[in-house]
Amino acid sequence: MTEAVEPDFDVIVVGAGPAGSVAAYRLAQQGLSVVLIERGEAPGSKNLSGGVLYGRVLDQVFPGFADEAPVERRITRHVTTFLTPDSAVSLDFRSDRLAEPVNAVTVLRARFDPWLASKAEEAGVFLMAGVRVDALLTEPGPDGSPRVVGVRAGEDELRARVVVAADGVNSFLARDLGLRRTEPTNHLAVGVKTVLRLPRAVIEDRFGLTGGEGAAHAIVGDCTLGIGGGAFLYTNTESLSLGVVLRLDDLVRSGRTAIEVFEHLLEHPGLAPYLRDAQVTEYGSHLVAEGGAAMVGTIATHGMVVVGEAAGLTINSGLTVRGMDLAIGSAIAAADAIVEAVAAGDVTASGLAGYRRRLEAGFVLRDMATYGRAPKFLERTGMYGAYGELAADVFHGVFGLDTTPRRHLLGVARRALKESPVTVRQLISDGWAGVRAL
Amino acid sequence: MSERLAANRFELDEEESHIHVDQALCRSTGTGAALVAVCPAGVYSERDGEILVDYAACLECGTCRAVAAPGALTWHYPRGGFGVTFREG
Ligand SMILES: Cc1cc2nc3c(=O)[nH]c(=O)nc-3n(C[C@H](O)[C@H](O)[C@H](O)COP(=O)(O)OP(=O)(O)OC[C@H]3O[C@@H](n4cnc5c(N)ncnc54)[C@H](O)[C@@H]3O)c2cc1C
Ligand code: SF4
Repeated sequence: MTEAVEPDFDVIVVGAGPAGSVAAYRLAQQGLSVVLIERGEAPGSKNLSGGVLYGRVLDQVFPGFADEAPVERRITRHVTTFLTPDSAVSLDFRSDRLAEPVNAVTVLRARFDPWLASKAEEAGVFLMAGVRVDALLTEPGPDGSPRVVGVRAGEDELRARVVVAADGVNSFLARDLGLRRTEPTNHLAVGVKTVLRLPRAVIEDRFGLTGGEGAAHAIVGDCTLGIGGGAFLYTNTESLSLGVVLRLDDLVRSGRTAIEVFEHLLEHPGLAPYLRDAQVTEYGSHLVAEGGAAMVGTIATHGMVVVGEAAGLTINSGLTVRGMDLAIGSAIAAADAIVEAVAAGDVTASGLAGYRRRLEAGFVLRDMATYGRAPKFLERTGMYGAYGELAADVFHGVFGLDTTPRRHLLGVARRALKESPVTVRQLISDGWAGVRAL
Repeated sequence: MSERLAANRFELDEEESHIHVDQALCRSTGTGAALVAVCPAGVYSERDGEILVDYAACLECGTCRAVAAPGALTWHYPRGGFGVTFREG
């Protein structure tokens, strides 16, 4: 009976994050009619990330985007720091190879996401902001399982041939349809972030940068008070993004509060030289999916595909959180598969199967598989505390000249290892697990 | 904490809260304590065994929902146009 109802649009995209806006753009560009629905009053107003966008995939959609989009800085320096209560051991990687072609840029989502959505609008996408989608409209599908035919927002119903669920990590759409289960808490982390204002010149002096260059600091160890996770400190044009990512099972077990851990980070003496006199301009939080490939469930069903973090496509390698690039990659794959399915007149799960095929052939699911062991590896607690202490002891042995005769580095390391709770066996086993996971 | 939140912009939905707790289940499952611990905005607090909810301060991350035992918490996004607005992100 409802078969006869003409759809209002070819495609409804729910969520104007990077996944949704890129999918909408690409669909409209290929001639489909598209509505993009966003619950925030403007795209980006509900979104938050650490902010390092690995941009090569976006370059495929918008060549040279970094020259046009509101990006903050081009990352030419990656610093990895093991923090202990009173020491910091860092590995500093800087390279001109990171600058040309642009590898990664920092973005602030409240500025970047509106730009992406405006590109979609220019391509003909109809943007509906300030509208929360409440439910999917379904009908019995060919095999008895539900077929998605549209969405409901308040009193309004909109129909389409295909719905794209780009509604982020909490994806109520994928959940309501039973495509995503309730995640175990070791597959989720909470990110707590603040943006701190500092003059441009001060940032460049403190982080050793010139012009539009940027630095990304990944921090592990005492910054999380032993809770599985890590912290980040990224440079924007005139602000810093500082945040902590805490695995939920570990946070609950620790007996500490997220606020307490965040405050510990903010006041950590190891970060004080970077943060001095900076003004808090915003404070926010957001979940991170970090279940790896195991979290990616069914991503195409009758009349609907799931993209970006709604599909669990995020990688936490321990030192970086990657999600925006995977969101964009999945959006490209989904859009092209939808165009194909609509043209063939088959938008059932099998008609849309080209989506997963494309994901498997590209970098998205390959990287998810490559980093598939990372979640397990990160659960090995040594990463967070004892190794930082060990490294600090080794370097203290080398640089802490207290008029006692020096030993060779190997001797220093042996002794530090002997005094550390880390055993050689654990070191080798974790090292091997790390090499395999990362 | 409250001064950090003060920098944010919130559009308060006076008519309906997007968060509801089941006090009995929060107590019996330990969810109440977990909510207080994980919420980065300090939305939840405990007084005399009851969980108080200051939904106006919610940052909409969904962390509370992820740690709650089934039935102990009902949480969804605020209505379109309401809630927190990030200006940086
Ligand atoms: C602390 C932290 C640090 C991170 N750091 C990085 C990083 O440095 N680099 C990186 O690449 N990734 C990072 N990520 C991950 C990254 O933010 C996400 O993977 C990415 O935003 C996912 O994009 P998306 O488009 O799938 O979802 P989102 O960006 O979450 O977009 C979903 C959109 O859907 C909207 N929406 C949801 N439900 C509805 C509804 N019912 N109706 C209407 N609209 C709805 C939302 O308002 C939102 O605009 C980080 C994440 C966190 C939390
Ligand atoms: S969604 Fe996040 S900020 Fe809001 S109440 Fe839950 S944990 Fe707190």
